[in-house]
Amino acid sequence: MIPAFLILAYLVVVLYIGIFASRRGRPGAEDYFLAGRSLGPTVFLLSLVGTNMTAFSILGASGFSFTNGIVTFGLMASSSALIIPLTLFFIGPRIWALGKRHGFMTPVQMFRDRWDCRHIGTVIAAVQAALLIPYIVIGVMGGGATLYAISGGFVPYWLGGATVALVVMSYVFFGGMRGTAWVNAFQTTLFLIFGAVAVGVIGVGMGGYWNAAEAMLDSVWLAPLMTREKVSALVFFSYTFIPLSTIAFPHITIFCLTARRVTQFKRTVILYPLCILIIWLPSVFLGVMANKATDIPAIKAKVEARQTLVSDGALVSSETRGQLVAESRGDDVIILMLEHYAPLWLAGLLGAAIMAAVMASDSQILALSTLFTEDIFAYYGGKERFGEKVQVRTGRIFVIVITALAYVIAIQMPASIFAIASQYAFSGYAALAPLMLAALFWKGSTKWGALASTLWTALAVLAVAVFQTTVAPPATGQVVVWSAFGLDLVSRMPGGTAVIGFLPVVPMTIVSTLLLVVVSSVTAKPKPSVLRRYFSV
Amino acid sequence: MRPVLLTLVVTVFYLLHQDFWFRDQARPLIFGLLPVGLFYHVGYTVAVSFLMWVLIRYAWPANLEVEDDQYLRERKKSN
Repeated sequence: MIPAFLILAYLVVVLYIGIFASRRGRPGAEDYFLAGRSLGPTVFLLSLVGTNMTAFSILGASGFSFTNGIVTFGLMASSSALIIPLTLFFIGPRIWALGKRHGFMTPVQMFRDRWDCRHIGTVIAAVQAALLIPYIVIGVMGGGATLYAISGGFVPYWLGGATVALVVMSYVFFGGMRGTAWVNAFQTTLFLIFGAVAVGVIGVGMGGYWNAAEAMLDSVWLAPLMTREKVSALVFFSYTFIPLSTIAFPHITIFCLTARRVTQFKRTVILYPLCILIIWLPSVFLGVMANKATDIPAIKAKVEARQTLVSDGALVSSETRGQLVAESRGDDVIILMLEHYAPLWLAGLLGAAIMAAVMASDSQILALSTLFTEDIFAYYGGKERFGEKVQVRTGRIFVIVITALAYVIAIQMPASIFAIASQYAFSGYAALAPLMLAALFWKGSTKWGALASTLWTALAVLAVAVFQTTVAPPATGQVVVWSAFGLDLVSRMPGGTAVIGFLPVVPMTIVSTLLLVVVSSVTAKPKPSVLRRYFSV
Repeated sequence: MRPVLLTLVVTVFYLLHQDFWFRDQARPLIFGLLPVGLFYHVGYTVAVSFLMWVLIRYAWPANLEVEDDQYLRERKKSN
């Protein structure tokens, strides 16, 4: 058990930073929701990185690596290292400039103006909000699971989730965007330090990684984890689509509006891949190496459960299979290794850094609140009628409501942190990314094209969710559910669904783009005065 | 010419991510501990950072910077 008082001390520090930030604020919606568009370069970079790091950057990534091996880095880290800075480079500065010029505070405000539409903007806002909720839920789930693991089961899951939700809610409530950004910057600093220290400490505890690496290669069971063979080439390719979601996430688009100067994007774009490397490499490496940390009884049990699943998975009942899947999950392997190999005080400090990773739902909560107050409350007359003060107060109340809702869902819905995030929120937002590109770079795009793309995304996410709920996953390999013309059209895999071998994100994004192009081509364009405003930028 | 060249470079980087040539290969272990496939992606990530520097250097939307400077000057004047 990692000392609980160090974790509590960390939570107090985070709370203090968030609440202290509120003292630096000025009255008004722009200050609360966008930190007055005044974040400096260091906070902007660190906070943007932190905003993208959630529970699975450390825990989910190491858990996924524990089961699937080094392929995790290529799937999630190096693909993000290319796609996220690229989208930030092309879209970030342009969004920032439009925001400053026209006073936009949310992406939907820009869409409404750019495509000269009203209720279609509301539909986009509703779909964005619905897709953001799972992402917020992940934060609460991660908090519950982490506090449970760190405390050796002393803090129950429900209490851990409630504690994290309460702390996050408090500093978002008081500090708004400034508080959230400062906390994120502090947390990212912890992530950056955490990796190297954890690798060093655990390496010493394991007697070096050299023997472990060689032993893994000599084992029939473990050698595949040192290659990419556990993930097909098409699934590997599919993962390059998922980081497209980043720029379409409202919390990232909104965050782009907080920079003081446009030049801040330069350093951010260059350093972003390096930050990903520093944070992800230790998580992936330690997750893989955990397979040789079988002197830890809990890890040994996980490895054995996985082996039973592979050898007898098809023969056992679905109940036993589910039990084996749960036992073999590796989301807590880093925590278990820290508990075992690190001195108690250091394990406490590193545990605090892990808490930082799982408390990343703050920006999403604030973004959802911003969407609601700007795109619904203010847009439909609330701001004019009640004033800006009431608008900010409404935003704060919404922060409480959304956190409570996320907590209730997290408690009701136990599932792998990684699976929920990647299959619902990420795929959906990746399919919405063409909207952003079309709004900024394609004069011919129209509101009807945007609507078609948005509705398709919502339906596709729903269809994947229904499919995965009704068709049980196999223990290993994949089960073909629908085939035609000699092609395996739809298959169910242990971790999700495949469409002609690709993850659903690929057809979702391609069809979304096609709909946007085709429907825009046959519908009326916005007024020339609107286009002039955008294409002089 | 420059946009075409930069598009080509970005496309090559995208393709280089799909390192099927190391898919089933773990050896050599770099520094005795990193499988070659993992080391490749570490090097790739560092190279992407350099690619971003190149994009900033040759394709940065400088007009936005001018606009930002004008905005700041106007704000200073009005203060």
